[in-house]
Amino acid sequence: MEEKDFYSQSENSKYAKKIKKFTRVKESAIKFFFAVNGTMALIFIILIFIFLFKEGFRALDHISLLDFLYFDRADASGTVQKVFEWYPTSEEPRYSLIPLLIGTFLTAFPATVISTLLGVGAGIYLSEVANPKLKEFLKPMIELFAGIPTVVLGFIMLVIGASFFNDLLNPANRLNAFVAAIGLSFVIIPIIASLTEDALHSIPNKLRMASYGLGATKWQTISKVILPAAFSGVSASIILGFGRAIGETMIVLMCAGNAANITSNIFLSVRTMTATIAAEMGEVSQGSDHYYSLFFIGIVLFTFTFFLNLIAEIIINRMRKKNTF
Amino acid sequence: MELKKRKKDFSGAIFLGIVRLMFFFLVFVLILLLGKIFIEGIGVISLEFLIDSPKNNMTEGGIGPAIFGTIAVTLLMVIFTVPLGVFSAIYLNEYAKDTFFTRIIRTSINNLAGVPSIVFGLFGLGFFILFIGKNLDEILQTGLLFGQPALLWASATLAVLVLPIVIVSTLEALNSVPKSHRDASYGLGATKWQTTKNVVLPQARPGILTGTILAISRGAGETAPILFLGAAFFLPNLPIADLCIGGYCIPMINPTEQFMYLAYHIFIMATQSSNPTKTLPLQYGSTLVLIVLTFLLNITAIIFRYRFRKILGRL
Amino acid sequence: MKEIKIVVKDLNLFYGDKQALKNITLDILAKRVTAFIGPSGCGKSTFLRVLNRMNDLIDNVKTKGEVFIDGVNIYDKSLDIVNLRKNVGMVFQKSNLFPKTIYENIVYGPKINGIRDKKFLDEIVEKTLNQAAIWDEVKDRLNENALSLSGGQQQRLCIARALAVEPEIILMDEPASALDPISTAKIEELIHDLKKEYTIVIVTHNMQQAARVSDQTAFFYLGELIEYDKTTTIFTNPGNKQTEDYVTGRFG
Repeated sequence: MEEKDFYSQSENSKYAKKIKKFTRVKESAIKFFFAVNGTMALIFIILIFIFLFKEGFRALDHISLLDFLYFDRADASGTVQKVFEWYPTSEEPRYSLIPLLIGTFLTAFPATVISTLLGVGAGIYLSEVANPKLKEFLKPMIELFAGIPTVVLGFIMLVIGASFFNDLLNPANRLNAFVAAIGLSFVIIPIIASLTEDALHSIPNKLRMASYGLGATKWQTISKVILPAAFSGVSASIILGFGRAIGETMIVLMCAGNAANITSNIFLSVRTMTATIAAEMGEVSQGSDHYYSLFFIGIVLFTFTFFLNLIAEIIINRMRKKNTF
Repeated sequence: MELKKRKKDFSGAIFLGIVRLMFFFLVFVLILLLGKIFIEGIGVISLEFLIDSPKNNMTEGGIGPAIFGTIAVTLLMVIFTVPLGVFSAIYLNEYAKDTFFTRIIRTSINNLAGVPSIVFGLFGLGFFILFIGKNLDEILQTGLLFGQPALLWASATLAVLVLPIVIVSTLEALNSVPKSHRDASYGLGATKWQTTKNVVLPQARPGILTGTILAISRGAGETAPILFLGAAFFLPNLPIADLCIGGYCIPMINPTEQFMYLAYHIFIMATQSSNPTKTLPLQYGSTLVLIVLTFLLNITAIIFRYRFRKILGRL
Repeated sequence: MKEIKIVVKDLNLFYGDKQALKNITLDILAKRVTAFIGPSGCGKSTFLRVLNRMNDLIDNVKTKGEVFIDGVNIYDKSLDIVNLRKNVGMVFQKSNLFPKTIYENIVYGPKINGIRDKKFLDEIVEKTLNQAAIWDEVKDRLNENALSLSGGQQQRLCIARALAVEPEIILMDEPASALDPISTAKIEELIHDLKKEYTIVIVTHNMQQAARVSDQTAFFYLGELIEYDKTTTIFTNPGNKQTEDYVTGRFG
């Protein structure tokens, strides 16, 4: 065929069809629609950020940052003492966040420690010890338990747990940080167990085979090869668990006693940041200092959990990049 | 080479034994506690209990309105969150390229999942009620109708809370559709939307359903977000209003009213009951109902996901 | 008189920084079967996908050069790619039938192109299943799940599905490599029948198949076109030493 003839047929060729403007516009519109939806998660995080800070920073109109730490009380003799109290409804309102921070950490830390021990143990069991058929049944069961509403867990600890530990340990307060911590553990253990199991399971089998092939026992393989390899995944799960413990509301509201004490004794009642917001928001008048201060607590909470989540995600991403097995 | 007899790995066996013990200890404790709730609560459960209103300061009667409120709120929540979440996942999986921007979106989804539930409550108050609701009232001249705690805003807030669940489930479902099916569709001259609509989405339906069920379960169990978004301990009427067109009136859920909520009900009964001994059996009963509801939903979702993962494995 | 259907000039393709195809130039003849052969990884499948722009779907791919079908440069920016793919059909290595009925699989293509008339669709189904030599086997079970067919039947169904949109050119990427010898023979027979109406380009790692089925053969190695000639010439009297080494089995 003459070359000229080959190219000249292009004018009538069905291949020469250009993209119709209508189709191009339609497909672009569809893509745009989905893109708008796609960014909604980002938009909501930004909105939460904006509206939390908008209301919370207005607390600083009348309450200084130092006020959020301590209050200077002058007693009869004229000496001024630093007082760390959260008592916004008194005639001399005090806004120290210190007791609330202590309350949060006094419940979250023990809960995370207990949950790490039991949760990582459970994760190891599921990933390395349980036989596969049993595992198929147990893993969904963990998911089931992770789905128990926190108000139910709070109820359980309040009605059953508190009395049990009261009889057993005779604490100073019946509802205290310890009871709340136990309750929190029920929430966090499934999280840590599930993520640990995922992390361990993703370590490729060839590492296990290599270890066994060199004559190591099962426990040696787990403790010296698998756990170290899964270290980032397990750490991330603990960080996320800790973040969850800090942010939990119902369990601490129902079981921690709700007295804003400053103490290191986990058997005393405490007040967490979350419980404070939950308990007092219903009682404040809109626009009052107390009202804004609750939003301020929200800012502190959100900032904490935001950074914890970010750190966990960075760890997981770095682990994924390295694990290009 | 001498083949020694296998050494007994004592310390290793002990550690493994401890690990096994830890696991079954946890399971044992949970079963014990749930069992106790069952035993104490089952006596109270009856048809009347599930339908009646509370009477006599919660010492008698039932949780009917609380169940109704829970259903109403979660229904509205699903309407808000499922389309948003599914479309979001479709964008991320089918349309978006792997850029810095999409990675930020994925980080946002993970972060949204980690926001404390009480902060969602503050968000609902500060954004939905005081910003959207108030402005809506101004624009529509409706006085103080939208700018106050209401079913609508509770549902909207819960919708944002459970959004990550829907997105993640849908992403998993979309991902599980083999690339070769998309290739086949493109090879036949289909556009991206035609491929997504006719090939990908139909196969992803089970996963989307799973995500919806999990979202409902989570929403029904949350208490902290709705504490000051419209949940009430006792209301004389259900949040229903008649929608009348012409001569015909249909009862519909009134989203501007307050509502009773099962999870909230349990919380108040447990902490602020005027007569704890009398209400205790009712508390157990209500808790039992909530647990059973949650479990049923989660088990359904899990079985569903198991079945559709198996079917795909066979392809 | 030989009619040219596709003209490729200086085609280069990059996966990111890696160059996968180097300066490919060749002409594909109309209503003939052209085979692409070469060892694993030589780029023959990638080059096949250049012809219907399926590589565009992969991130990070850059295609440089010109590809003309009937005189039209299909890499022109304003070209309707969807229309292109309607006219250049593709059959893949493993059957990728949709999890729908046999009937629905065939009519998928026509339907997305706007054909709604049921009678017309039924006709298309019967015609293409006949062309694919599978009508008698499935005519009574058009409403059954397409995945319930055997491997060889599924692949023939894929061919029928591709024919349903009335392409002029059919690209086949190792269509019989996952099939048993009997099914393979049926597919090869099918190709022989189809070339009366369609221009066929087939990628195969099976040299004997190329020799049996094709009129023209192109030998690729490490992303370059080494030799392109009549099939009989390539296999009995190749001009290039590398070609000779490959077809006589000295490597690959």
